[in-house]
Amino acid sequence: MMIEVRDLKKSFGPLPVLQGVTFSVEKGEAISIIGVSGGGKSVLLKHLVGLITPDSGEVSIDGRNIAGLDERQLLPVRRMFGMLFQGAALFDSMTVEENVAFVLSRERKTSPEEISKRVEEVLDLVGLSGIEKQKPAELSGGMRKRVGLARAVIYRPQILLYDEPTTGLDPIAADTIDQLIIRVVEKLKVTSIAVTHDMRSARRIGHRILMLHDGRIYADQTPDDLFKSKDPVIYNFVNGISDLKEKDKDVI
Amino acid sequence: MTTFATQYAREWFGGVGRGAILCRDIASSLFRARVKWHDVLYQMYFIGVKSQSVVAITGAFTGMVLCAQTGFQFHKVKMDTATLAVVSVGMGSELGPVLTGLMVAGRVGAAIAAELGTMRVTEQIDALRTLAANPIDYLVVPRFLATLLVMPLLTAGSICLGILSAYIVAVYLLGINSTYLWYNMLHYTHTNDMLTGMIKTFIFGGIVAVVACDKGLNCPQGAEGVGRATTEAVVYSSITILVSNFFLTLLLQRILP
Repeated sequence: MMIEVRDLKKSFGPLPVLQGVTFSVEKGEAISIIGVSGGGKSVLLKHLVGLITPDSGEVSIDGRNIAGLDERQLLPVRRMFGMLFQGAALFDSMTVEENVAFVLSRERKTSPEEISKRVEEVLDLVGLSGIEKQKPAELSGGMRKRVGLARAVIYRPQILLYDEPTTGLDPIAADTIDQLIIRVVEKLKVTSIAVTHDMRSARRIGHRILMLHDGRIYADQTPDDLFKSKDPVIYNFVNGISDLKEKDKDVI
Repeated sequence: MTTFATQYAREWFGGVGRGAILCRDIASSLFRARVKWHDVLYQMYFIGVKSQSVVAITGAFTGMVLCAQTGFQFHKVKMDTATLAVVSVGMGSELGPVLTGLMVAGRVGAAIAAELGTMRVTEQIDALRTLAANPIDYLVVPRFLATLLVMPLLTAGSICLGILSAYIVAVYLLGINSTYLWYNMLHYTHTNDMLTGMIKTFIFGGIVAVVACDKGLNCPQGAEGVGRATTEAVVYSSITILVSNFFLTLLLQRILP
């Protein structure tokens, strides 16, 4: 098992966010995690790479429990991961080339010529050749996310995490990102976990969809089964039906 | 009132605790990770070279005003020729390090806190961590080392300019004999006075870097959070410099009498 999460709990102050999340992901699998905004999806994703320490529970990556490891012990574990952040999180003081080449340049194991070649290759993979010298501030939201994806795949990680990869993008840009994620999973054979509330995206990029509800995994099904489900919580969520009550109309 | 005091005390002790943990992490990083001297050099340029003008102006005008006031008062008791000695000891052991520390806290501390704070709220620090780079090694240590290394240089420059400008004021404005001025300055200024100043400035550099990095790395979310972190970095490091200066003076007076 590549990733195994057992009874994961996390609260922020008095607010419980994760209340016993349990799931596992096989090597090479692509998972979508859906759930309401503010429901703890990004918090769950950040636990997988050790950015947040759980209150209790286990997060095993390739058989090693990473809950409770310190920053330095986590470094080799994180080397297995690539992560695309919601806002891309590109380093704004660096050019696109320096952003994408960040890990390889720091390791100093690869020659500058080889690094330039690899940067060109991954920028070509995400369809952004020729923007190496531009700064992140000069790019559109969709381009920034594609550069973020290039930065995440250049060192060939075993696991890729995507935090809301299509949020804030127009339908065409969102479709491009979806196709790129599918291409990366197929081409690089990586394990992939995407957190999203874009149902179209979740259905396309996941072999399996997990639904996070009330701090727990409420559903763990294939996309076809999930979208056919008659369970009211799942049905309402995937079809975007609000439970705003008649009486609430008086409030507004 | 009690709630406010409790909250204030909790924040203060929390800040001291975080600062201590950050110092431990910096020490651990210095021993366990390879220092990227290229990053340190870049920070030295930003912190040192770019702060030169503000520190030089501060040193020069402080020396001039100190000289003028001392000269006016000493003239009453016919001790004019001791004016430069007072400026030299005052600038070397107290005013040079403290004013340089305050200027660097305002210019560099604010910039460090704002830069790291923005990186935190835009998830760039999380991105660094996922790219297997420890933020302490990559962001904090170069800034810390650079501040430690440039502070004595900035302070030395500030002291020299202060004394030089005081000399010009004393000789050309107050009409004091230059030979006696130099003689008295050299006679009454001891190596320990300058050494005291250099030790202090080294510590003040560490205070500015640690407080600013701590405020930046623990910045609350949003633009307001970055603004607050920046203000707190300047205020807390300035207050810490002023308070610690008093205790350092007492301590160093015993060690380097």
